[in-house]
Amino acid sequence: MLSFLFRRLIAMVLTIWAVSFVAFAIIQLPPGDYLTSYMASLSAAGDRINPETIAALRERYGLDDPYVIQYFKWIGGIVQGDFGESFEWKAPVTDLIWGRLGNSILLEGLAILVMWLVALPIGIYAAVRKYSLGDYLATIGGFIGLAIPNFLFALVLMYLWYVYFGQTLGGLFSPDLEGSPWNLERILDFLAHAWAPVLVLATAGTAQLIRVMRANLLDELTKPYVVTARSKGLPEWRAILKYPVRVALNPLVSTIGWLLPTLVSSSVVVSVVMNLPTAGPLLLKSLTTQDMYLAGAIIMLLGILTVIGTLISDLILAWIDPRIRYGGR
Amino acid sequence: MAVTTHVPVAAEPEASAERRAPTGRESQVRMTWRRFKQHQLAFVSLWIVVLFYLVAVFAEFIAPMDASTYNPRYTYAPPQGIHFVAVDPDGSWHFGPYVNGYKTEIDPEALRRVFTIDPEVRHPLGFFVESEPYRLLGFIPMQHKLFGTVEPDAPLYVIGADRLGRDQLSRLIHGTRISLSIGLVGVVLSLVFGVIIGGFSGYYGGWFDGAVQRVIEFIRSLPTIPLWLGLAAALPRDWGPLQTYFAITLILSLLGWTELARVVRGRFLALRTEDFVTAAQLDGASDYRIIVRHMVPSFMSHIIAATTLAIPGMILAETALSFLGLGLQAPIVSWGTLLQDAQNIRTLAGAPWLLSPGIVVVVAILAMNFLGDGLRDAADPYGR
Repeated sequence: MLSFLFRRLIAMVLTIWAVSFVAFAIIQLPPGDYLTSYMASLSAAGDRINPETIAALRERYGLDDPYVIQYFKWIGGIVQGDFGESFEWKAPVTDLIWGRLGNSILLEGLAILVMWLVALPIGIYAAVRKYSLGDYLATIGGFIGLAIPNFLFALVLMYLWYVYFGQTLGGLFSPDLEGSPWNLERILDFLAHAWAPVLVLATAGTAQLIRVMRANLLDELTKPYVVTARSKGLPEWRAILKYPVRVALNPLVSTIGWLLPTLVSSSVVVSVVMNLPTAGPLLLKSLTTQDMYLAGAIIMLLGILTVIGTLISDLILAWIDPRIRYGGR
Repeated sequence: MAVTTHVPVAAEPEASAERRAPTGRESQVRMTWRRFKQHQLAFVSLWIVVLFYLVAVFAEFIAPMDASTYNPRYTYAPPQGIHFVAVDPDGSWHFGPYVNGYKTEIDPEALRRVFTIDPEVRHPLGFFVESEPYRLLGFIPMQHKLFGTVEPDAPLYVIGADRLGRDQLSRLIHGTRISLSIGLVGVVLSLVFGVIIGGFSGYYGGWFDGAVQRVIEFIRSLPTIPLWLGLAAALPRDWGPLQTYFAITLILSLLGWTELARVVRGRFLALRTEDFVTAAQLDGASDYRIIVRHMVPSFMSHIIAATTLAIPGMILAETALSFLGLGLQAPIVSWGTLLQDAQNIRTLAGAPWLLSPGIVVVVAILAMNFLGDGLRDAADPYGR
């Protein structure tokens, strides 16, 4: 187990390192550097530019140095928790993103939870009652869930809600509870808002999970050990839930690895559509205003988030499946 | 491979007598095609996809109007629909397609124009009506449209108008060309990357294979939309439509090649140890000849299936990027840029037909997915 954990951790660190290269490349891509945009925005606002400030900033970000040194200055800052400065918001990047990133994690976590809670029973039902009406409904629903892009689903939901209930659906909190600390009222308010984005985010994933679960369980149900369990007189529900479902769960856990990147991706788009205070809209805004340090930090953090999520799913998989824990190289 | 015997399910009436191959000697293409036809959903989807691409190719001819023709008199005009039978008050019947005209009133409170369909006014529709001269595909001069109103100045908004009084149906048809072709071009680019990288990786193996696999795993472990957004935001704003178009396809395929590379590599690995490859090697055939003459034909169908399954992802990605405003920009009409108009919920509540590109996206994606599934099943020689 320890060596497994060790190998996974090394792989994670390497991946995060590679993510940082990508994020840095995206920061460097737009023509001109950080300060040209900064000065342009200052002179557009009619401010006088203080040459000393400029010189100090140039020094701080090492803008006259080669890329390699700039990269190490940037990554060095990040290791110490300094992601640079957002010129659009005139504030350190760290102040801007943590709260929003927390909302992102909360939403995506809830979406995963809902996916599993919905997909497991339906998947088991669809496999046990193969080719029944319910099975067909699940299959059709799954295909439609897969084909509707998330942001379109969000739009349709908001449209229907507006037409039938006269309210705009969006945001995560009521305005008066925006900044208040978490208490019962705020949690209830959050849930009253969050159901819609969670529903939207969970749909596509649920559809996929149902298909995976159904296929896995169908493979297991015909195996001899299930027949043995039945012939020993186990009640049907125990014969299914106790053994084949547990085996079928393993491949399902590993799907988190590829579910998570898509989930993070779609939450960016859905958040923009539904105006949620998550990292998505901030990323879009920073990219359109070429606020590259903020954008790079968000891309980097979303990447890290995904990698950590994948690591957690690997650990869960190792925990429930001894073959992975003890096997391997 | 040679031992695969094929048992035909039923005799084929359409095979002509002299061309009928004895059992077990059918060409692979014909076997695949027959298996494919048994998959009804995929077969129907094939026709839908063909229809979509026909619309894309002949967009200028099929769309009753140009994508940018605007008419401020008809902002947000509601859908007219097409009617075929009309009954006059005196009881006489008229047959033939027509659309109703509009009655406009000024809403005294909001001071806005409100349109109602006026069933009294009928504008007959005709096929191959004359239009302003235009060039089909940019080089064939034409001056007829597939259909349109017989009176040249009558309004024609079959599924409604947008905020500038442009015909939504025409824009949808023009958008089909951009969205479908971006999917196709993007997939072709991905395929080039995928086949070269995956092919080398699978055929030679070793450290190169290991490195490529790590890169693929890395790319697949990242959320793609933020990366696409980041890359798309770096495109210079002053680029023309054509440059942006190709830049976007390149960006999409930069992250999109991994799946195809995986498929190609997997097939290469599986085939490398097959007897017929060893035989070719012992015969002294060059690597190039072995790959092109012996290996590629035997997994071509898999590649086609994987490519078909990759197109919907590309289309969805372009739609999402353009929808967010970082993909294709305004003068270009694509499903994504059309959906941008639907972002405001209040506007949408007044003009729900702005969501129509969404329906088209879903139909296209579903059809391509079914088609790809069917092709994949049909291409598998050991499947039933």
